Amino acid sequence: MQLIACPWCGPREEVEFSYGGQAHVPYPDSPAELSDEEWAHYVFFRDNPRGRFAERWNHNAGCRRWFNAIRDTSTYRFESVYRLDDPKPVTP
Amino acid sequence: MSTLFRTTSGGRIDRATTVEFTFDGQTLTGHPGDTLASALLANGRHVVATSVKYGRPRGIAAAWAEDPGGLVQVEEPFPEPMLLATTVELFDGLAAHGLPGQGRLADVPDSARYDAVHAHVDVLVVGAGPAGLAAALTAARAGARVTLVDEQSEAGGSLLGGTDRLDGAPALQWVAAAVAELARHPEVLHLQRTTAFGAYDDGFVLALERRTDHLGTAAPKHLSRQRVWRIRARQVVLATGAHERPVVFADNDRPGTMLAGAARTFLHRYGVLPGREAVVFTTDDTAYDAALDLHAAGVRVQAVVDARPGGSPQRREQCERAGIRVLSGAVVTGTRGDERVTHALVAPFAGGEVGAAGAIGCDLLLVSGGWNPAVHLFSQVRGRLRYDAGRGAFLPGEELDGVVVTGSAAGVADLAGCLADGQRGGRAALARLDIAPTADDRLPAAPDPVVPAAPLVLWRVPDTSGAEGATSFVDLQRDATVADIARAVGAGLRSIEHVKRYTTIGTAHDQGKTSGVLTSGIVAELLGVPVQDTGTTTFRPPYTPVAFAALAGRDRGRLFDPERVTALHDWHVAAGAVFEDVGQWKRPRHYPRPGEDMEAAVLRECAAARTGVGILDGSTLGKIDVQGPDAAVLLDRLYTNLMSSLKVGSVRYGVMCGVDGMVIDDGTVLRLAEDRFLLLTTTGGAAKVLDWMEEWAQTEWPDLRVHCTSVTEQWSTFPVVGPRSRDVIGAVFPGVDVSTEAFPFMTWRDTTLDGVPVRLARISFSGELAFEVYVNPWYAVAVWERLLEAGRPYGITPYGTEAMHVLRAEKGYPIIGQDTDGTVTPHDLGMAWAVSKKKPDFIGKRSFARPANADPLRKQLVGLLPVDRETVLPEGSQIVEFRADGRLPAPPVPMLGHVTSSYRSAELARPFALALVKGGRERIGDTVHVPVGGTLVPVEVTGSVLVDPEGARRDG
Amino acid sequence: MAELLRTHPLTAWTDAFERLPDTVGITVEPFVAMVDVRLGTIGPEASAALGVDLPTAPGTWVPAGTGRAVWLGPDEWLLTSTTEAPEELEARVRAAVAGLGGSATDVSAQRIGLRLTGARVRDVLVKGCSIDLHPRVFSRGSSAQTTLGQAGVVLLALSDAGDDVVVLVRASFAGYLADWLLDAALEFTTPIS
Repeated sequence: MQLIACPWCGPREEVEFSYGGQAHVPYPDSPAELSDEEWAHYVFFRDNPRGRFAERWNHNAGCRRWFNAIRDTSTYRFESVYRLDDPKPVTP
Repeated sequence: MSTLFRTTSGGRIDRATTVEFTFDGQTLTGHPGDTLASALLANGRHVVATSVKYGRPRGIAAAWAEDPGGLVQVEEPFPEPMLLATTVELFDGLAAHGLPGQGRLADVPDSARYDAVHAHVDVLVVGAGPAGLAAALTAARAGARVTLVDEQSEAGGSLLGGTDRLDGAPALQWVAAAVAELARHPEVLHLQRTTAFGAYDDGFVLALERRTDHLGTAAPKHLSRQRVWRIRARQVVLATGAHERPVVFADNDRPGTMLAGAARTFLHRYGVLPGREAVVFTTDDTAYDAALDLHAAGVRVQAVVDARPGGSPQRREQCERAGIRVLSGAVVTGTRGDERVTHALVAPFAGGEVGAAGAIGCDLLLVSGGWNPAVHLFSQVRGRLRYDAGRGAFLPGEELDGVVVTGSAAGVADLAGCLADGQRGGRAALARLDIAPTADDRLPAAPDPVVPAAPLVLWRVPDTSGAEGATSFVDLQRDATVADIARAVGAGLRSIEHVKRYTTIGTAHDQGKTSGVLTSGIVAELLGVPVQDTGTTTFRPPYTPVAFAALAGRDRGRLFDPERVTALHDWHVAAGAVFEDVGQWKRPRHYPRPGEDMEAAVLRECAAARTGVGILDGSTLGKIDVQGPDAAVLLDRLYTNLMSSLKVGSVRYGVMCGVDGMVIDDGTVLRLAEDRFLLLTTTGGAAKVLDWMEEWAQTEWPDLRVHCTSVTEQWSTFPVVGPRSRDVIGAVFPGVDVSTEAFPFMTWRDTTLDGVPVRLARISFSGELAFEVYVNPWYAVAVWERLLEAGRPYGITPYGTEAMHVLRAEKGYPIIGQDTDGTVTPHDLGMAWAVSKKKPDFIGKRSFARPANADPLRKQLVGLLPVDRETVLPEGSQIVEFRADGRLPAPPVPMLGHVTSSYRSAELARPFALALVKGGRERIGDTVHVPVGGTLVPVEVTGSVLVDPEGARRDG
Repeated sequence: MAELLRTHPLTAWTDAFERLPDTVGITVEPFVAMVDVRLGTIGPEASAALGVDLPTAPGTWVPAGTGRAVWLGPDEWLLTSTTEAPEELEARVRAAVAGLGGSATDVSAQRIGLRLTGARVRDVLVKGCSIDLHPRVFSRGSSAQTTLGQAGVVLLALSDAGDDVVVLVRASFAGYLADWLLDAALEFTTPIS
């Protein structure tokens, strides 16, 4: 059972959190102007890297706040968590 | 019965007390402090069971959890299969029998209690042997929060099975002092009979504490029998010791064959002589201690057979002084005997070649092939192992952030070294926590270690028996042999993981504690590759078997899954409601009267709502308070229809879709104020919808000034439904003008009842005139009873979820998640009217523009009427279509869709159904077929609204 | 007609609670008014309007008039009052924060409170709560939203010794949690022969 550090509540067991997929995928400004393919890309396609990945997490069982995290998908290690209004950390 | 093989003194048993137990139906005696295994050996009994595949007799081969052979089934006090005789503590009344492989689960419920406890510590020490105690003392003395767990009944580890001395006194005196000191530290938790069975990320370790097993029938019933400790440690010190490794030879499974260190443990800890005449076969120095100790205890040691060409000069000298014959450069090639070993076959061994064997009589054959550090937990947390060719063992091969390995688990061989290494480990853990060790962190004085002669790494003795390895057992429990490994390698398997699956080695209860490294060595030998390249199979939790009951803990029976109930639950129970599970909620499904089955009750309840008045506990409906200047903006973006145009005091039905345009929930929205709405969601969708709204509000539109708060349990909700509902509401709330003109459909009004705020809303989920009553649940029972009282003249009838479903289905109102499945758009449901064309965008809108969304063959919600007016179509039934010639198409018969809801209707006086059907609306009037129990039932496709399609009844 | 009577979801558990020893005392907290407050920025203006300095440190609560102010999130608090009616508290708080972009929602019936007192309280809670409740880290003024058993809860530490804790739980889970607590407390009761 991993610990995930909620930016507000501190480290809690992973079962208190839910996963929200890739971070920094904004809702398109004008969906109507997108082609079907572009729209499908927004709806269905996400990156799937091996290694560092910027993700969204929600502390469901605690403060119910969304936050972002950089996690290594090959080790599951959380390298950092950051608030939604923080910029995506620059990773080496 | 006398216990012939019990020593006259010594050991950790209570000789003053005798306990009786039965094994294989025979009544035997032992002492508190015994294990079942030691008590059996004290009675001269080595054979425990026959083997699973070959039916060969098997006995006790080790003294603890590494024993591959001695599986038993406990029958009394409670049936439990597949326990090791070596780890079952003896108690009065224990009844067990030997087990060939699989056991028998109890056929009665286990009445014992199980639980879990969370612990947070600075330092967790696993193992209370010399290294673990030293580490725990170091950490405790520094004031750290420490937990020390150990799997044995008492602390001491290897010291329990030896004759070591510390500070000039028996080492166990130091152990007792260490335990007493730990008990004085308020931040130390010391748990014996507690096996750390799993190590995970972030210092998380699971340990099983056997709290009352050893008490047998005297176990207090109010205590949990076993407890899972969920330990979160900032640092973990592993002092898990080492397992002795056997050497494989022909017929090495014959009872009486035992690890040398185990024999020492039986002697010193339990006061048991495992035999009268012993042969000791070894490849290193440690087995000599067993030979010398057994000799001193009166066992005739016939020979020490040392595979090393030069043996061990210093050990040879010790043996000569004791009069024990030592055969260096020799091996045991096999055994003789019937049920138990009678002879060891001993032959010269040089340059890998075995000479002619001679037989030496013995009833005990001790074996030692060196020691495997217990690296299981280290490996479970992905610690890399390295192979040490000198010892023939895998050792921790790297430093991990939160884990320190000490003592013999790290390859330290002698007592002084283990103590010092334990202290080092404790200090290393403290250093990582920035805690300073104390100055008085003293270690006991241990004798100077004697440098042993170099061990020989010998996995197996070449088989000269003619059996070609077929009786040379690697995994005794799985009956897997050297021949099996050779067959696996011969079949082309190279990976140790594949060999494991092919041979099943290491898959039994002991998970290869004695066989794993042997297999790596033998595979490497057969392939001609270094053992490091072969590696080990993956170590996975649990280290020792854990009962599912222990893992379930408190979460069983009533506490298995929380039952959520409304404020009216007791009333429902008293009214004889039959409940159904809706998520975690318990909801009344119907209220049968005496003699009524569900169908009759539901027909009666529906009729009441359509012709008189019914009342439902709808409190489980999800409710969300949405507040803020931008509340309407958020709702406009999330609902398919326009919510900002809703007037304060009014109610609107709305649908929410995902970005893919598929319906995720529906419900009604009350506008409470310009900046405030109350959303009603489905019972099952309550949490999901709030999460959905929060997700968008927090992550996508943080600029919106709006807040969403769950008020599901803030409001009890009672729909009062039917043509007479106005009379009931008017009677209970005389201050409210309930006329259609003053209180129109889809509006709400606030009022009070005896000073208590009440909200009324004209919302109908049945098509009938209806009022929903909202009140703080504190007053739910009182208000419900007022409504019942007022409704009595009209025969007010409480109805359950089944009638609710029938009433809504008759009106074609879908249940999201029942009539939809995540591939259904509002248009498919015939709800294009609920999709705004004015709004430039909302969640899901862009997906509606996909060409596939306009496909006329999409599945659409329609009604179905069985032509026979009798059959209730099973929900989930498939729908098929006949060809023009009136016959079924050839298989595979194309499926048109499926039945989503199906009921018997009091109003229609016939069964009906809702269904998703390809191009369904175009098929209205057609006849299609539904296979039901082997026949094809013709059904007419209709519109989805079967009762009052004009909506004439909603105003009464 | 008679006055509307209130019913409490845990009435049926009262006797069982009363039989518990003092080391694991459980009492049902009386109904109080509770309001969920949302406010983006906390400043003197908000404090003045509300009459309380809302705690800004995560995982804390402070006394607030006759009740408490509990941190629930970076912009969310639970404000309780033992003297005001729910609708009064909501109206007062809503009036105070609406002008500051905040909101207030009556949630008085959403949760019920249980007060756990005695030397064994922590031993009971740690059977189902995964966060560290050691008095060093969870002392008077601490709060936590987490799970206890399988129920979401808000824990409020009322003492420094960990022997006085209020558990707030959703009303529909109250019976489950009461059963769970009684089960977890059983080992600290006198064994039934």
